[in-house]
Amino acid sequence: MKFIYQTWWKVVTVIVIVYTLIAGMLLGVPKLPILHETIRNTYFHVPMWMAMFTVFTISVYYSIKYLRTGEEKYDLIAVESANTGLFFFTIGLVTGMLWAKFAWGEYWSNDPKQNSAAIAFLLYCAYSVLRNSIDEEQKRAKISAIYNIFAFPIMIVLIMVLPRMTDSLHPGNGGNPAFGKLDMDNRMRMVLYPAFIAWSAMGVWIASVRYRIRLIEYKKNQIN
Amino acid sequence: MKKLTLMLMLLLSFATAFAQKNAPVEMADVLRSSGKIYVVVCTIVIVFLGLAIYLFSIDRRLRKIEKNQ
Repeated sequence: MKFIYQTWWKVVTVIVIVYTLIAGMLLGVPKLPILHETIRNTYFHVPMWMAMFTVFTISVYYSIKYLRTGEEKYDLIAVESANTGLFFFTIGLVTGMLWAKFAWGEYWSNDPKQNSAAIAFLLYCAYSVLRNSIDEEQKRAKISAIYNIFAFPIMIVLIMVLPRMTDSLHPGNGGNPAFGKLDMDNRMRMVLYPAFIAWSAMGVWIASVRYRIRLIEYKKNQIN
Repeated sequence: MKKLTLMLMLLLSFATAFAQKNAPVEMADVLRSSGKIYVVVCTIVIVFLGLAIYLFSIDRRLRKIEKNQ
């Protein structure tokens, strides 16, 4: 936990993301029909989801930790990580819709991947609503932690498992593997994997800043 | 009217001659090559760096507040 107050990894994160921005725009990519240059969206659209998974995982980890110990600060980490996850969720959905317009023809074509991502989005919106509807602090923390623990695996199933079992326009579904040798090569991996790590770290950074603000607010309310 | 069209034609012929004369001279530096994509790359990098610096400054202000507590 000490590391969220340190600076070095934030600098590394920024440097790596700047590298992916430059290399992602300029390095060679496979020439594929329909996709053309939009294949470069992979460097920017997919990492949003990776960042989202990272902060949601942190959120559920601290929800469990809260239920075990009852320490208020773990609840604050959980909620701020979930909030940051919702931000990346939104960005991922919107960028995906834009890309879908030019690859699939419609912003929203009721594709299994899109629909289940939308359901998962509502699932986490419900988390936020649930939290804000309970006034008593401990009750709120407990109930929302339990809800979070249930929401997380359902979100994973909705986004990663169910769409893969049916036919979908999205890569990685209906039998065609995502990031397989059909649509990726090693030049792309050199940008994509650093982007995954760096954007996840970016998510952690934003969540940590939000948590620190929340902690100060919490302490201030305690004194009054 | 005739005079005017003649003048216009002469002017335009001069324009084409002028354009042809200059066509082979390409003053492209790095930022103007490849459909000027490098300009877009620079813009994206500037936008991201701006946001990153902004986040760093928020971080620093927060640290000051934390120290005062």
